[in-house]
Amino acid sequence: MTNIERPASASEVAAVATPSTSLGALKRPVASTGWKSWLFTVDHKKLGIMYSAAALFFFIVGGLEAVLIRLQLAAPNGKILNADLYNQMFTMHATTMVFLFVMPMAAGLANYFIPLQIGARDVAFPRINAFSFWAFLFGGIFLNLAWFLGGAADGGWFMYAPNSGPVFSPSHGIDFWALGLQITGIASLAGAVNLITTVLNMRAPGMKLMRMPIFTWMQLVVQFLLLFAVPVITVALFLLSFQRNFGATFFDVSAGADPLLWQHLFWIFGHPEVYILILPSFGVISEVLPVFSRKPLFGYPFVVFSGAAIGFVGWGVWAHHMFASGLGPVSVAVFSISTMAIAVPTGVKIVNWTMTIWGGKLQFTVAMKFAVGLIVLFTIGGLSGVTHSVAPSDTQQTDTYYIVAHFHYVLFGGAIFGLFSGFYYWWPKVFGKLLNEKLGTWNFWMMVIGMNMTFGPMHILGLQGQPRRMYQWTEARAGEGFFNLAFWNMFASIGALVLTTGVLLFLINIVITARNGKVSPLDPWDARSLEWMTTNPPKEHNFDSIPTISHLDEFFHRKYEEDANGQMVKVKTAEQVLKELEDNADAHIHMPSPSYWPIVLAAGLPVVAFGMIYSIPIAIFGGVIVLFGAYGWAIEPSTAPDDDFDPPATTKDVVHVG
Amino acid sequence: MTADSHADSHGGAHTSTGLSNNKLGMWLFLGSECLLFGGLISTYMLYRGRVGEGPRPSQVFDIPFTSVSSFVLLMSSLTMVLAVSAAHKGDDRNTNLWVTVTALLGATFVGGQVYEFTAFYNEGMGFTTSLFSSSFFVLTGFHGVHVTVGIIMLMSIVGIMKRSKVPGSKSETVEMIGLYWHFVDVVWIIIFTLIYLIPA
Amino acid sequence: MTTETHSTTEHGMSNAGYVRIAAILAAITALEVATYYIDLGALFLPSLLIMMAVKFYIVVSFFMHLRYESKLFSWVFYAGLFLAMTVYGIFLATFHFFS
Repeated sequence: MTNIERPASASEVAAVATPSTSLGALKRPVASTGWKSWLFTVDHKKLGIMYSAAALFFFIVGGLEAVLIRLQLAAPNGKILNADLYNQMFTMHATTMVFLFVMPMAAGLANYFIPLQIGARDVAFPRINAFSFWAFLFGGIFLNLAWFLGGAADGGWFMYAPNSGPVFSPSHGIDFWALGLQITGIASLAGAVNLITTVLNMRAPGMKLMRMPIFTWMQLVVQFLLLFAVPVITVALFLLSFQRNFGATFFDVSAGADPLLWQHLFWIFGHPEVYILILPSFGVISEVLPVFSRKPLFGYPFVVFSGAAIGFVGWGVWAHHMFASGLGPVSVAVFSISTMAIAVPTGVKIVNWTMTIWGGKLQFTVAMKFAVGLIVLFTIGGLSGVTHSVAPSDTQQTDTYYIVAHFHYVLFGGAIFGLFSGFYYWWPKVFGKLLNEKLGTWNFWMMVIGMNMTFGPMHILGLQGQPRRMYQWTEARAGEGFFNLAFWNMFASIGALVLTTGVLLFLINIVITARNGKVSPLDPWDARSLEWMTTNPPKEHNFDSIPTISHLDEFFHRKYEEDANGQMVKVKTAEQVLKELEDNADAHIHMPSPSYWPIVLAAGLPVVAFGMIYSIPIAIFGGVIVLFGAYGWAIEPSTAPDDDFDPPATTKDVVHVG
Repeated sequence: MTADSHADSHGGAHTSTGLSNNKLGMWLFLGSECLLFGGLISTYMLYRGRVGEGPRPSQVFDIPFTSVSSFVLLMSSLTMVLAVSAAHKGDDRNTNLWVTVTALLGATFVGGQVYEFTAFYNEGMGFTTSLFSSSFFVLTGFHGVHVTVGIIMLMSIVGIMKRSKVPGSKSETVEMIGLYWHFVDVVWIIIFTLIYLIPA
Repeated sequence: MTTETHSTTEHGMSNAGYVRIAAILAAITALEVATYYIDLGALFLPSLLIMMAVKFYIVVSFFMHLRYESKLFSWVFYAGLFLAMTVYGIFLATFHFFS
């Protein structure tokens, strides 16, 4: 283990020691710098950064897929993508954005910030944490290999039967899709067990559940949703794989099957999934809004319980995705009502956020802009969602661009804006530098304008009758008048380019900030929650001494106290608060040790998957890797014995490491 | 009081709830497994009457045989709990004994499944014969794989204990495997009743 | 606010107690199998389901020790179980499985 001790004297230098062995042959990784320290790390902060970087990469991939779609639909008789490629493009765009961008980005933020927000030094199962990241990465890459091996999945991200079967989708694309999602599903499930255990078991003294930051609370609900939803899609994906690869007929009507079996299983997962996508962003802005309104969050318990309510009721609405599938009037009526019900807890949150801002001393930093943007844009998306809940009107809307408008408002305007708010808010904490606010403002406005230009008209396009998943439209179908399909499609496609520019500005912002960005002060936003009670970036062990918590917004209450007139006045600076922790630093801090086994075990999974598509011996070989990894992991202690250590990078903070 | 994850000198873990991380993690995992097996059981329920040209459940199921193998699995839960009990007392010899017996009983069960499925196949009920047969084999197959993974874990823990290479608490490790094992048994309790004993 | 975990054998049963439980489970299993051969009419399904539920509860509560553990474990496990029963029950209901 990395055993960090307080230096007895500043000039003490560590003695050299040898790493221990696992399985007698492999030595335990010990590097603390360089690429090996990233490859074998179990540190939640490094893993969080890797999750987020990978997710950002996939965001760009998914974005390019979207741009191609919009270029194809900008004009009639589009020639950029043929029908087959178009099907692959919208399938992979959605799959990439949902599974390879939003989910892992939220996981990255959760990984980095949950331990810091609850006063812990790492998560409950650090090696499982590392495994989850590598499994996600390998699964995401595996999914996309199909592009180069005969064509990507082309059945839509919801993969309805019979399009998903071997008859209509003979290439291996869907096999890569199904198996790739199984791998990322394992990552999510392991992550859920890990983070729930972390939040319940590793809080600092005094950190009662109702003193936790909302971001952590929302993530806790998300992890429970993942825990229970991922197994359902696991079943569905297995049935699909067995049909495609072993001749089973689970969704084959001619064999007497019911294609609705797939739809139900998919959406029982799929609806909780959309709450998995949005709740983290709700959590982010619940942190950002109070800080930049100089006010505590309005109605903290209501925000907590409405989050839990959304998680709970979200299980009872799935068939609203199936209103036009022939369910029958009773089922439709039941799910229509439950869908209306779920608007209520979301509305509660909107009220609470608005009341937080109301009467506050507002500072419109970029993070704040994105947070307010979420409130506005998500509300628009929520309102169109309410119109879907009315089953008769949904029957007209379903499978049209009206639905596409709805979910992009809630996912882009909601989930993605929330994530961007988090980027600008937490960048100084993670990297010690502030993203450029001027460029960020341009980033924000380009994204707002681009988003509304792209998805706003889709409400109209949908009601004008443009169906989803249609690779081309013609002049004959464009309708009459000036503001017809032709006009709005072109408008939306231009909007997509504006949106792309906005995203590009963000990427440029990252680069120029890395090159010569403004170094951040310790507490740039005068923030409220515990993750800010650390250095920028935090030390490897997060807190020199674990603080005892006596308030919600503990960090705020250490800086501010009520004076005789009942006003909050600053009594300590952030530096002073941090110094208190440093002065009481723990003498012995045991951190979990890096390990090879998580990445080894994760690497076996795509090999198994590859073998299942092409050749069983390869799958068996993959299975051997998995078993080897599992066995090595099982006999390795989570923290290495005391004579393991890394040479310290500097002698400044950590001198005798060993 | 530090909230880090290593066991302290008293042998207990310092956690906010006072509960072991491993145990909480295992119960969360078992909760999620309910959704997995629930999906497979529901698929079977939907398709159990769709036999096409193939045999019906009542034509192939051998209730006496399956009752015996169910009993075997049930008894393996008893031996598992005796193993955990021995582990808590620090009795390595009896722990290894009961763990091995549990693995053997589990292997007997799996052997019985293999025999049963081979018999079904010979009676014209293959994996792809009908929707009933596909969903039956997927459900019982998944269960059988879970049992097999359990047997591997049981044999591994015997081997690892014999070489004194258990990291962390031996009794907790045996207990965790025990929880998994009992859950797999409990899933079979449901499968045996719903699939075998209730006529389609 | 951190608490130490206690050894779970505080509430553990004796081996003889476990054997008794196993005998009860075996007896219920025998009764279950008997329903296959005896005509119980309308009582068949409810009695079988009750016996299944009782066996489930006994294994989970005693063999898996859930009865003696923190309520949190019961909550997370039974939450999964009841969620599964509800969601899949509704699913089957939309296929008119129960009518």
